[in-house]
Amino acid sequence: MATLLEVKGLTTGYGKKEVVHGIDFTVGNREFCCVIGANGCGKTTALKCVLGILPAFSGVILLEGANTADMTVRERAQHFAYIPQLHIPPFPFKVADVVLLGRTPYLQSSAGGATEHDKLVAWRSMDMLSIENLADREYTELSGGQQQLVLIARALAQEPDILVMDEPTASLDFGNQQLVLTRLRALSRSGMAVLMVTHDPDHALFCADKVVVMEDGKVIDQGSPSETINSDKLRRIYRTEVFVADVDVGAGYTQRTCIPLMDATLMDTRKG
Amino acid sequence: MSLSAIGNSERPTTESLDKALEVYSTRHLVRRIVLLTLAMLAVVLVSLMLGRYTAWPSQIFQTIAEHFSASGILTDPKLDRALFNIRLPRIVVVVFVGMALSVAGASYQGMFKNPLVSPDLLGASAGASFGACLAMLMDLGNEFIQIFAFAGGLLAVLCVLGVNRAVRSDALLGLILGGILIGTLFSSGTSIIKLVADADDKLPAITFWLMGSFASITLRDMLLTVPLMVLGFVMLLSQRWNLNVLSFGEEEARSLGVNTRRTRFIVIFGATLLTACSVAIAGIIGWIGLVVPHLTRAIVGPNYRVLLPTTMLVGAIFLLIVDNFARLIYSVEIPIGLLTSILGVPFFAFIYRRNMKGW
Repeated sequence: MATLLEVKGLTTGYGKKEVVHGIDFTVGNREFCCVIGANGCGKTTALKCVLGILPAFSGVILLEGANTADMTVRERAQHFAYIPQLHIPPFPFKVADVVLLGRTPYLQSSAGGATEHDKLVAWRSMDMLSIENLADREYTELSGGQQQLVLIARALAQEPDILVMDEPTASLDFGNQQLVLTRLRALSRSGMAVLMVTHDPDHALFCADKVVVMEDGKVIDQGSPSETINSDKLRRIYRTEVFVADVDVGAGYTQRTCIPLMDATLMDTRKG
Repeated sequence: MSLSAIGNSERPTTESLDKALEVYSTRHLVRRIVLLTLAMLAVVLVSLMLGRYTAWPSQIFQTIAEHFSASGILTDPKLDRALFNIRLPRIVVVVFVGMALSVAGASYQGMFKNPLVSPDLLGASAGASFGACLAMLMDLGNEFIQIFAFAGGLLAVLCVLGVNRAVRSDALLGLILGGILIGTLFSSGTSIIKLVADADDKLPAITFWLMGSFASITLRDMLLTVPLMVLGFVMLLSQRWNLNVLSFGEEEARSLGVNTRRTRFIVIFGATLLTACSVAIAGIIGWIGLVVPHLTRAIVGPNYRVLLPTTMLVGAIFLLIVDNFARLIYSVEIPIGLLTSILGVPFFAFIYRRNMKGW
């Protein structure tokens, strides 16, 4: 698989405080890459640096061989699309208008002026996520899952090379998490590269082609989900008892899943 | 990567394009904006008619035609003077101040991601009041009061930018904090001036000035303010798409390719110019900058591309109507700042009930 995004020796942090200590990882074309790790391990910080929100102390981020540090904010937005955690904007924008904001890096003027082509791209990205029937609704009155799909459509309207996400399913209920992850998986299957930070290893098992495991600002492992996610690894990074099992989910499919375990003493009391 | 490369959209493009254009059609909004424009012209005409010397539209049109005709013959010189020396400058200034406060308020609400923000957030009004009071205390003339007020407004906002740089926290938080600190400082300054001002003549003059009035607007005032305000309008309107993006927050705006620092600077400069100009020429007129943007959202929705120009129309209409009441309701003029507050409160409660459920 050809490499799309290459992060080499990246060191970054906030102010003078170094949080990420020289990490290396790659994302291939059409690859769904998940970064997992405990709270505070530096995964979000690394992501912000990839997006250009934080400057790199040292190291390079290459997109198809081009150094992203040389890109303007506008150029970067034509290559990287960011899907944030769900939050409510202060005004009840129409869904179609929210999605059209994804065309911002292509507009000629900061006063707007979307062309027919821009509107077509926005409409198609709604169509692709099957939310075109929501186009006239107010964004603020949708369910959390639908709102997140609108933000994904907005990201698609940027026509990016890679979708970048930080816990896009945080604050969604179980059903809406599955809805969003399934759509993301389908997008990646149809050719979009994805870089997603998540704290939940089950999400990585559900969607990822590749998993990058971080601990204390360093990458400690990367590879396919089956290689990287196992009981020992998770016990180490999350500092809790966990059992990783391959479960037969019927129809000849097995799915790997993480089962958090109770403390041994509690298990004993339950056994009676 | 283009969408067609990853998508399943193999359907004919013309059909998709038709649907896309339908979704993004603004025909229903254009109709409303045309109606608002007509309403504004009607209110301007009515305002020209009303006054101590009431005139019918036919007389007004005739007088205007005669004023600009080469012959120089006037059938009604009294009306000519009332129109061109008093009513027209006043109405133009009211229209511009109404537009200025509304557009500045709407812009700040987007930039600060907060629907409860008004244009005096960064201390422009507090600074301008202080400047004006200082000039009055020093017995300076009317033009110095205006210059001092304008400079005071700019100075206050510059101080806020300084505080923001010094605290180096989150960009918006630093600005809001700075606005509170500097605003308080300048308000205290105004209070000190009131304390030392002569209680017989200066204190009443200061108090009255602070309540806002268009009573003493001259042709010169009009010619001074209009170009400055046009500059402010151009700056804010040029950022109206980016304001949509900014209302989703700093990081998202940057990930959508917006140079947020540049946009913020233009918005702050434009809004400060407009607010300082308004206060310098007419004193403190509260509530317009908070209420009118919400009123406009109820009419054309929250998209800044349409909202920002429309809120100028609504602001002009609103302030013109209130100013007519201020000059006609009683034999003495009522300070317009008082009227806008008294009218603004129930208005706001009404709008809040109707279309602010999403907060």
